[in-house]
Amino acid sequence: MSELIIKNGYVFDPISGIKGDKADIAIKDGKIVDKVSAKAKSIDANGKTVMAGGVDIHTHVVGPKVNLGREMRPEDKLFRGSVRGGIVKQGKRMEMGFSIPSTWKTGYSYARLGYTYVNEAAMPPLMAPHVHEEIRDTPIIDISAMPVFGNNWFCLEYLKNKEIENNAAYIAWLLKATYGVGIKCVNPGGTEAWAWGENCVNIHDPVPYFDITPAEIIKGLIESNEYLGLPHSLHLHGNNLGNPGNYTDTLDTLKLAEGYKAKNKFGRTQVIHNTHLQFHSYKGNSWGTFGSAAKEVMDYVNKADNITIDLGCVTLDETTTMTADGPFEHHLQSLNHLKWANCDVELETGSGIVPFVYDKDSAVVGIQWATGLELGLYAKDMMRVFITTDHPNAGPFTRYPRIIKWLMSNKARLATLDSMKGKAKVIAATDLASMDRELNLYEIAMMTRAGPARALGMSNMYGSLAAGADANIAIYDLDAKKLPTDPELIEEAFSKTAYTIKEGVIVVQGGEIVAEPPNHTVWTKVTMPENTQVMRDIKEKFTKSYTVNLENYAVFDDHVYRPRAIEVDVA
Amino acid sequence: METVTMTLVQHPELYLECYSVTPDLFAGKSLAEIADLPAHEGKIVWKLGDFFKFDGKSGATAAETRIIVNGDVHKMKRFGQQMTAGEILINSAADMYVGCWMRGGKITVKGNADAFLGIAMEGGEITVEGDATNHVGSAYRGDWRGMSGGLIRVKGKAGNDIGTAMTGGTIIIEGDAFIHVLTHADGGTVIIKGDVEGRVGGQMVKGDAYVLGKILYPLPGFKKVATVEKECDGQTYTFDQYIGDLGERKGKKKGEVIYGNIYLKA
Ligand SMILES: [Zn+2]
Repeated sequence: MSELIIKNGYVFDPISGIKGDKADIAIKDGKIVDKVSAKAKSIDANGKTVMAGGVDIHTHVVGPKVNLGREMRPEDKLFRGSVRGGIVKQGKRMEMGFSIPSTWKTGYSYARLGYTYVNEAAMPPLMAPHVHEEIRDTPIIDISAMPVFGNNWFCLEYLKNKEIENNAAYIAWLLKATYGVGIKCVNPGGTEAWAWGENCVNIHDPVPYFDITPAEIIKGLIESNEYLGLPHSLHLHGNNLGNPGNYTDTLDTLKLAEGYKAKNKFGRTQVIHNTHLQFHSYKGNSWGTFGSAAKEVMDYVNKADNITIDLGCVTLDETTTMTADGPFEHHLQSLNHLKWANCDVELETGSGIVPFVYDKDSAVVGIQWATGLELGLYAKDMMRVFITTDHPNAGPFTRYPRIIKWLMSNKARLATLDSMKGKAKVIAATDLASMDRELNLYEIAMMTRAGPARALGMSNMYGSLAAGADANIAIYDLDAKKLPTDPELIEEAFSKTAYTIKEGVIVVQGGEIVAEPPNHTVWTKVTMPENTQVMRDIKEKFTKSYTVNLENYAVFDDHVYRPRAIEVDVA
Repeated sequence: METVTMTLVQHPELYLECYSVTPDLFAGKSLAEIADLPAHEGKIVWKLGDFFKFDGKSGATAAETRIIVNGDVHKMKRFGQQMTAGEILINSAADMYVGCWMRGGKITVKGNADAFLGIAMEGGEITVEGDATNHVGSAYRGDWRGMSGGLIRVKGKAGNDIGTAMTGGTIIIEGDAFIHVLTHADGGTVIIKGDVEGRVGGQMVKGDAYVLGKILYPLPGFKKVATVEKECDGQTYTFDQYIGDLGERKGKKKGEVIYGNIYLKA
């Protein structure tokens, strides 16, 4: 029995309502407990900030498109391979890559930021074995992955016929076949349309051949999700991402949630999680008239308490965009002329990859940067608004400390704005320069651990310092009572924890990796009566359309690394 | 200008990465400190002093520092990596990556230089008295940003992939070249004084190739538009001007379409 106690830190834990008071956190056998014996090993957190381990609700870190990004971008490693992490006595691991780091660097970097659980946002079902192999190869952090459903032929057919029960049974079957955690939907209908050389640019644009609209897909997936009572809600990347004037499509999309209420036993309150909202909150009708619609969008989100969002902040770096939104990547390539990969995944989804340089001297990029931060600053309920970069699409996750700095310091925002060549245009097209709100550490804790954990339906395990939760803890070298006046020191403190603890094991100390305990694969196990029609449909599709046999499709049980099931019973 | 002379005293067993041999890293250091700079042989990290003995003294800045390399260093790579100023004179052949990512200053190689000479170079001047091989002034693999400034002159011949993804600067090959010249270029000038096997300007958006010899297999994406007199490395010749690559996207300047050019000596 191993015991640990973290003493005298300033604790920020929205799940148990601790707002920066000095408190001790006790740990026994990998869990948070009320108290430990006098023999417990103690960590002195005096003058430091203590939070639960970070939870990333939307990131792309494992699987085929991430790996294709690594393959097609050797230059992402150029002069960025000198850092070595890992455990010294094991000879250390090479840490390679910037926007698409190796699996090892991914695990180490998240741990150094104090994150202990991340959710891979797009798993192509057919490629699930690759996703699980990379989860196994990523040290320290627990990982779940969401299979994509928004362009899946089964779903398109069931939802066209309004067969919610059958659609739900198919989803439950696929979650088991892929060891997935929840329902991801990317450009509903648009990726399937792309296989016909087209796209769906608004929620009423019908999908070729299937004759169903994105609105019907989204509503059908919400209903299926709530029928099953999954821990997480529908996780949505809507139509018309990245284009001037798309905020009206975004509002139309969000309004589809009206009238729906979350039904689950996990404490989740939302029925849609709208991801990387920054990419969906633009005004204008051309790149010349491009502007931020953060206020209009957040005015709606603030009122709609059955919606959660993540920011998708632009970090002003050279990065690699990758998404199941195939038509978007083609469009992006026609704008920047850089290399492009495109992939179709039979019956299920597609994807594209294009490198992108977010040049801070481009006015459009400056406006995107401001839009992401405005969303956070206009937010009223920080338990429903989460920090992400849609890693690596708007920038690498290793920049989260920089986003925290910008959200916590107006001085830091103005300094970045001042360094932009297109400053005047950015000021004219956004509200950022006039927003003096500065978020506090409690709000940051909501946006980076408590909120995302609750939205994923896992706040009893992750993002919490309440008794019973996993002992995942980040201790930052930041005196909560005397925050530094230099915002760079805030970024520095969030970049390298004083300690990161994963299930009771100290994994980072003073910014260095000191242990690599094995991680978990988190997934959702639905138990429900067998649906004979759906099983017949599945067999038929595999016989007629798939290039693989049904028997060879599902991930083998022993292919999944240390699985940890969230159990759901559907009567 | 002060001079540091480094003389080979011990051959490496494998190939040695001499990325520390730059005026920038030598400037302001004592000979002992210079000898202490790192050099990789495979995964083993040695010190420059394990292979060279050092004489002379370095200048206060890179611009005031000249480095003379004596001995046979043909198994040593990356001389002058990312240097910004000063001079390097290599009195033998050198291996790959001479002047890689160079930003300024001057490098002279008395013998041959191997692949990736002046890769992604931004400024400065490299002269190779012997031959070069592949990827002269090209982009790093996968990258779309090749040589953007400066001058590379190879007095002998070169191999393939000359000026791939180049955006600026000049490469002069005084002998022959093999295939792939200015592939994917978006600017820059390549002069080949000898013959080229083929594939000049494939997917070129912008840029100028001058060939004083023959192109054995010209690409179909280029069209002859004129015969012009042009100056090329100090001499004037009559050239047939071809534009292209007609299969590639094209930019416009003041309403006029900008093409890549091949000037082939008439
Ligand atoms: Zn994403």
